[in-house]
Amino acid sequence: MFDDLRDLYQELILDHGRKPRNFRRLETPDLSARGDNPMCGDRIELFLGMDGDRIADAAFQGRGCAISTASASLMTETVRGKTAAEARDLAAHFREMAMTGTCPDCGAAMEDEMDRLQALSGVHEFPSRVKCATLAWHTLNTALDGGKEASSE
Amino acid sequence: MDGSLRPALDVQRIRQDFPILSSKVHGKPLVFLDSGASAQKPRAVIDAMREMFETSYANVHRGAYQLSEASTAAYEAARAAVARFLNAGDAREVVFTSNSTAAINLVAHSFGRGVLKPGQAVVVSEMEHHANFVPWQMLAQDHGIELRIANVTDAGELDMADLEAKLADGKVGLVAITHMSNVLGTVTPAARIAALAHAHGAKVLFDGSQAAVHRRVDVRALDADFYVFTGHKLYGPTGIGVLWGRMELLDAMPPFMGGGDMISEVTREGFRAAPVPAKFEAGTPPIVEAVGLHAAIDYVTAIGMEAIEAHERALVDHAMAKLSTIEGLTVIGRAQDRGGVFSFALGNAHAHDLSTLLDRVGIAVRAGRHCAEPLHVRIGHDSTCRASFGMYTTHEEIDFLAEALTSARRFFS
Repeated sequence: MFDDLRDLYQELILDHGRKPRNFRRLETPDLSARGDNPMCGDRIELFLGMDGDRIADAAFQGRGCAISTASASLMTETVRGKTAAEARDLAAHFREMAMTGTCPDCGAAMEDEMDRLQALSGVHEFPSRVKCATLAWHTLNTALDGGKEASSE
Repeated sequence: MDGSLRPALDVQRIRQDFPILSSKVHGKPLVFLDSGASAQKPRAVIDAMREMFETSYANVHRGAYQLSEASTAAYEAARAAVARFLNAGDAREVVFTSNSTAAINLVAHSFGRGVLKPGQAVVVSEMEHHANFVPWQMLAQDHGIELRIANVTDAGELDMADLEAKLADGKVGLVAITHMSNVLGTVTPAARIAALAHAHGAKVLFDGSQAAVHRRVDVRALDADFYVFTGHKLYGPTGIGVLWGRMELLDAMPPFMGGGDMISEVTREGFRAAPVPAKFEAGTPPIVEAVGLHAAIDYVTAIGMEAIEAHERALVDHAMAKLSTIEGLTVIGRAQDRGGVFSFALGNAHAHDLSTLLDRVGIAVRAGRHCAEPLHVRIGHDSTCRASFGMYTTHEEIDFLAEALTSARRFFS
């Protein structure tokens, strides 16, 4: 009945939605932030362990739909080992991809990472769901800015 | 009862009156199950509004020319129609607002700040829409009013014993409760609530946004003090809502917004407010919207609120039977007396994922917290999907919803 939704709900998304990676709390995070989609009820709490300017560990807790959970899960995997500036670049690229389906300006610098995140590009055809995919990345930026509350409304 | 042997109303004929119902979504026939958020419009409403724009539109209560007089007559005829619809004793007790939210805010400001005294209390329930929650929180913050929240039972009924306990000390000046929950479908025992409130010296306001669509409302039989509803859920246009209030209460209340039409006299030193209802209708009102609401009321009245209620009761029974067969599906709320609003959660499928799936096969449902966040905390769900029925909803649409939910469960398993 829903076969044409397999582009949006790829196996990778369903897998990360069901079994999110790094789904835990860091007891002594260097940075953290909460993200909230008030209209949806999606909420995440993001924890970052920093090694200088580099993200040594990233983990999250929270509740949300398959898209927001999978996006947060993939993000924590992707940003580990990146500098804050690289993570911000990824966030900008990801947002563009989520909104338009492509990222012509992404370049080759983080090709592998973007390839993996490409699984979420299907959301661009679902305007009301784009914010589900971008919530984790908004929260990441907020955490890196030293803030506490993010919203993708 | 012979009502069960024949259809309460001819739903296929009714569907032909709603142009949008023959449209397609993603190439599939539209199955519109979000009437609780806003209902679709019959041609009678669309035509009445277009005709007014084309033939008799002008501002009301101002010009001494033919068009303005025609416009004023149409606007006041809409007020009279609302009064008949609610069985109000006096059309002047009907105040037009922009929606239910505006009507409740009017009462919270004017009655809340102008009549209630600091130290008094207002009681709402756990199942209120934010529109009947936040205005009272604002009143509590601004005016020293205590806000009390009556419990909802696990079955989704208003806990009458708890309501009585919250009234016991006699400090409550107003009970503001939904007449039908927009999440649980629960129809509250309004006449009993009113009697209980009055016995403890409190006035009572009912939020009829959902109830007025599904049941005949008689404000005098309920012994209500205030009753609010909105046009767009009653198959009418957006931008028009109704506050009905007892004349002696409206008379005693200060104006809410200031401006044109709400005054008798303005001098450099001050103003004298116009009598009710003009006192509460500052500025150019939603004229064409009032005419659209009038057409909507005529439309549902011609079909008959009893026939609509009987049809929806049959739909509710059918939906309860159908949905209860779906493995992993939890219907939120099991009130004895309920209307055609079903919120549900399906195992491991999140409400938003579910609504995206349902949309793909043409089914429009709402997902989220339905402007009732405290209730979602109470029921322990971050978000739910909600299917809500209108008079045009068919048994076959409910069957299709059940089929799609079964399929969605497999998709996410």
